[in-house]
Amino acid sequence: MYTLHFDENKCLACETRDCLTKCQYMSMEVEEAAAEMQKLIRGEDSRVLHECRTCYACEEYCPMGNHPFYLIVSRQEELKIPPLPEPNIKQGVQMGIPFRGSPEIEEINGPVLNMGVFSPLIHLAQGKLFEGLTPISADKRKMHHYFCNLMYLHFGNISVINERLPGIIDTIAAHKPTEVVHFHDECYGTYTSYAAAYGIEVPFKSIHMFEFLYDRLNELKDEIRPLGYKVAYQRPCSSRLSSDKHPFVNKIFDLIGVEHVDRQYVDENALCCGSTILSQRQTGSRRFCLDIQNDNIQDMKKAGAQLCIFNCPACMQTIGKQVADEGIMPIWMSDLCRMAIGEKPA
Amino acid sequence: MDSINAALIDIVGEDYVSNRTEELFTYSKDLGTSEPQWPDYVAAPKTAEEVSRIVKLANEHKLAVVPLGGGMSLAGLALPLRGGITLDLKRMDRILALDEKSRFIVVEAGISHGKVTAHLHKHAPHLMHSEPGAPAAATIGGNLAIHGQGDLAHPYGFNSDMINGMEVVLPTGEICRFGSCALDNDWYTLHPLPDLQLFLGWSGCTGIITKVSLRLFPCKAIAEQDMFIVEDEDLVPEILYELTHVGMAEDLMAISQEIPPPFNRLHCILVNLSGDSKEELEFKRKLLFDGKLTKYIKDGTGGIGAVGQRIERPQVSKTSDWRKGGGFEYVGAIVPVSFYPECYRRGSEISQRHGIPYTVLGRVIGSGHGMMFSWTYAFNRADEDTVRHAREALHETDEMVLELGGTLWKPAVFGQKLVMDRMDANTLQMMKKVKHLLDPNGIMNPGNWEVV
Repeated sequence: MYTLHFDENKCLACETRDCLTKCQYMSMEVEEAAAEMQKLIRGEDSRVLHECRTCYACEEYCPMGNHPFYLIVSRQEELKIPPLPEPNIKQGVQMGIPFRGSPEIEEINGPVLNMGVFSPLIHLAQGKLFEGLTPISADKRKMHHYFCNLMYLHFGNISVINERLPGIIDTIAAHKPTEVVHFHDECYGTYTSYAAAYGIEVPFKSIHMFEFLYDRLNELKDEIRPLGYKVAYQRPCSSRLSSDKHPFVNKIFDLIGVEHVDRQYVDENALCCGSTILSQRQTGSRRFCLDIQNDNIQDMKKAGAQLCIFNCPACMQTIGKQVADEGIMPIWMSDLCRMAIGEKPA
Repeated sequence: MDSINAALIDIVGEDYVSNRTEELFTYSKDLGTSEPQWPDYVAAPKTAEEVSRIVKLANEHKLAVVPLGGGMSLAGLALPLRGGITLDLKRMDRILALDEKSRFIVVEAGISHGKVTAHLHKHAPHLMHSEPGAPAAATIGGNLAIHGQGDLAHPYGFNSDMINGMEVVLPTGEICRFGSCALDNDWYTLHPLPDLQLFLGWSGCTGIITKVSLRLFPCKAIAEQDMFIVEDEDLVPEILYELTHVGMAEDLMAISQEIPPPFNRLHCILVNLSGDSKEELEFKRKLLFDGKLTKYIKDGTGGIGAVGQRIERPQVSKTSDWRKGGGFEYVGAIVPVSFYPECYRRGSEISQRHGIPYTVLGRVIGSGHGMMFSWTYAFNRADEDTVRHAREALHETDEMVLELGGTLWKPAVFGQKLVMDRMDANTLQMMKKVKHLLDPNGIMNPGNWEVV
């Protein structure tokens, strides 16, 4: 089966141990971080395995291009230290089981849009920005056939990802796409970061949604009318797997004339929406989840954000209403971009 | 012209009577596995007086009368097993009084739960009544006639425990009132006069409920549904015991179903909470999740599935989609909460035997004083074989419930017979006497609750 390509030597050569010392949820000095990483490398128990909030951020923090988060999750599974209670894991794993027939595979031979498991949000992909992009997963009854399954990183469950992912890749590839624009960061991260780390072959080219939107906006530049809003951006956990694409957030904002407010929990310091933290086994997780949600939203408010921009459906579902309750309008990135070219949000 | 048809037209008007095949057809079926049963006439009265005249007419001609509410019954309870007159009560849907300060509303019994909710939403948004898990078209009278429960079952019990008075047309045509309204007072209490409640749970066999005073309860500004999940069914009773001890929820249910997969072999405990402020809601969540449920989270046997979701009633009807043909029917039973694990295990075995994805639900009644447990079986209306399987599964479930020591809720005729076979002989005789006393000609919904 697939194994993680983790370079221990890179880890040994690291001086900063940013993976753990920068963690927003665990307090750790360099010396302890080095010792804990060694335990993880040796496959031993570590406080990291018990305290990890599964925010993915250490994948971005790592200055050596290694995969500390994938290592943590692998060890959680091997040592049977699941971050969530067993029933939540079982429910999550069963969530990815297709049960309403197989998808109809049509060969596209062109660029495609992969909604992943979020087919019910296909209405977001409309208007000029999405012209010429063929959706391959618009039928919500079949959405599980396009589900990247990477969510199970939150469940300490690498094996289910590795078991299912090759089949998902085959399904997408069967559409014969020339390139695949992934609606969700998580899918993009799966096919560009995770698959590479585990040596899973991906026979198609992946495009990040923000890069796609940025390119399309540039093509439609004459139609852009600056929006003038002050916005905050809710960065999703899976964005940490493609930090090279994160700059497109600001590039898009600059292009459409919105001000990305200056706040504490931004970019590298972004806070998790709390979706998975809510249910974690660590004592007080529910309260902790509420606290970070509150800190995050108050930070947006203090910075004067009028809108909160989402791309991740889980983030939107988890804190969208709370954001709205605080007087900040939650809005999808795709809708924001469509507004900039004079279209109405979906 | 048919003299009975003419007499019915004289009572309710030509537009509200029919003996035409195409219209009788509609009334010959319900949504479950029952075979069609045709009425001879359908009449839709507007007032209790019209109901009374129809009943007197039926007595003269020894014709059966079957009261029909929203037609939501799946078990054939409103099918005319002996023909006669189906009395469609949906025109009797007026709201007669709303007393906010005393928290009651007086309605005609043919009104739908949806209409009551809509009226309260508009005119008294801080008050609510207990809606059953049925579609909004289910009527107040129909629900009382089967001892229904609703989304306030945990704090307040059965819906039939939440009434302040009733008006009933007896099988011989007299119009009677029960509760303070019997003294020509307002409809503010059912007690403390001598108990004459012989109509609830009788499926219309002892009279036709025409007016009801419903108790209303505080409707808080914010409501949400939270979910706690366990895999071990044996944990469900103790968790519900913990939650009912706190007593903060408006509704507590446990569901498990094979489809969709996330619910398969798991038990999702749905907790409906409400509050007039975020602080009130969080106070309640804290008592439940950080207090009573922490130990399960810590040992990994239970977890928070969701918090702060929009309240959705479990849509048992969706189970009809899990196979082609769109049919479903369920057996309901009132059981002690401690029966949940066995009810789940036995029910899923029956489902498996008949090739039907299992779907079970348990709703707490009172402070854990009981539970309504339901086993739902889907079938394809166009495939007689699947209908047969569902029917057999329903019958096996009826038998299983009684074997376990449960009490069938709104049973079909098959289940009614099983219940009466087991009933204490003196009680059974009393039922017979009551029925004969009230309905000497045996015209009311004959075939149901018939003591041989």
